[in-house]
Amino acid sequence: MIEVRDVHHVYLRDSPLEATALRGITLTIGDGERVGLIGPTGSGKSTLVQTLNALIRPTDGTVLVDGEDIFAPQADRRRVRQKVALLFQYAEQQLFEESVARDVAFGPRNLGLPEGEVQARVREALLAVGLDPDRFGPRSPFTLSGGEMRRVALAGVLAMSPRVLILDEPTAGLDPQGKAEFLRLILRLHAERRLTIILISHSMDEIAQVVERVVVLDEGRVVMDGPTRQIFARAEELERLHLGIPQTAQILHRLRARGLPVRTDLLSVEETRAELLRVLRPA
Amino acid sequence: MELTRYVAIGQYLPRDSVVHRLDPRTKIGVTTLTMVAIFVIPNFSGYGLLAALLLGLFVLAQIPLGYAARSLRPILFLLLLTFVLNLFFSGVRDGTVLLRAGPLLITLEGLRRAAFIGLRLILLVVATSLFTYTTSPMALTDGMERLLRPLRRVGVPGHELAMMMSIALRFIPTLLEETERIIKAQMARGAEFQRGGLLQRARALLPVLVPLFVSAFRRADELALAMEARAYRGGEGRTRMKELVFTLEDGLAWAAALAATAVVLAPRWLGLP
Repeated sequence: MIEVRDVHHVYLRDSPLEATALRGITLTIGDGERVGLIGPTGSGKSTLVQTLNALIRPTDGTVLVDGEDIFAPQADRRRVRQKVALLFQYAEQQLFEESVARDVAFGPRNLGLPEGEVQARVREALLAVGLDPDRFGPRSPFTLSGGEMRRVALAGVLAMSPRVLILDEPTAGLDPQGKAEFLRLILRLHAERRLTIILISHSMDEIAQVVERVVVLDEGRVVMDGPTRQIFARAEELERLHLGIPQTAQILHRLRARGLPVRTDLLSVEETRAELLRVLRPA
Repeated sequence: MELTRYVAIGQYLPRDSVVHRLDPRTKIGVTTLTMVAIFVIPNFSGYGLLAALLLGLFVLAQIPLGYAARSLRPILFLLLLTFVLNLFFSGVRDGTVLLRAGPLLITLEGLRRAAFIGLRLILLVVATSLFTYTTSPMALTDGMERLLRPLRRVGVPGHELAMMMSIALRFIPTLLEETERIIKAQMARGAEFQRGGLLQRARALLPVLVPLFVSAFRRADELALAMEARAYRGGEGRTRMKELVFTLEDGLAWAAALAATAVVLAPRWLGLP
């Protein structure tokens, strides 16, 4: 469980370039939850997730992971980072080793695991992201396609055996098929490993597809927090923040505005189709 | 760990002042003249005069005097070292002895010499910082390119040098941002950068340097393509949006600089102490 208590963060405090990123965030994320983090550019999403695994020390407030203050002097940062993994934007750019297997092994090696355990984790992580360890393991990461490279990067993070997986715009720059595959992969990881998922995305369709709870940030504050359906039913508020709603919800909202008595809190294509048929088909 | 936010690129302080408006070539020339003067001036009174002039220019350029002091911060150690070395090892052995402690000897002449060399360093840094505070990196490269043009006949690629410099300057913030992101990404995978001996630390940088180089090469490729797509073929026949022109202000600046040099150097020419 992650508990964020009144976290403030100011970049470059007391300098001409001072910039406030977080203004008092309080948030609890339970084990196995799938949470979407949305908000306009500069709302503090990236800063917030980096405080969760101690990459940024907030200027004020505390972060507890499983009840442990991760910024306490005696806290073991490495263990926190093992537990709470973060996949950065364009994560394929972090690959550096001469082979895929060695790159995935970087994390477990840093944890000081015995070689046998490292190899086992590499195999398992590559399998988890749908890459055959025997075929891809020996290859240079720089010969792979963009989508494959990003999956290798995800494998590198999964090999840490985290309990929480934070993904910062994981599908940016992938083609539509690559995006869909990556999202399915995230859902499968959640289902198989009971990982807590925290997803940052600008695509409301992705958010609707993956998460069950949405937290909306604006100017460093939590402005909405609730089940995905309820949040996307508040279309006008989201639009004021320059955020959209999923395409299906848009259709329903517009039909309702034209007088059709449809529900607006539906997310999936199937649900929407069923609702439209229900309303349009004469009884 | 917010690398990009702690590194200020260049020190240009945009202001609307006469000094800022001067042609970069004028400023390069006058700064060079000042450097020569600093090395030629033989006495404290000359340095006093020059310091007063520089101070006046800082006021004219609307640069707070605190910035002049700030420019000295990086050389503080060098300054101290130079001063101490000159104080003890200036080679002046037969002057007025101020202090004698074992093999160490401080003479009045040695002290004077150490102060003089220290002052010389300070003036050099303050004079060049006035230049960088008032000249944007772009103006600087434009000026350099123009000044190097006559040397093309002897094979100096002025345009290419200037272009390389502008591109390098343009990409410093980008690369810093990327470095920060990669460092964090590797830290998220348990990398440590502040642990172990020198060798271990150097090896720990590999996971940062490799991705950085890969992306720098990719960026260079893309940039070259983008430039060629807009028909860039080097400096030949290229026109520019901002042509450098000498104005009356530049003429006045040159006149003032030459006059000041003459005044500062006059005592020496006239054989005065």
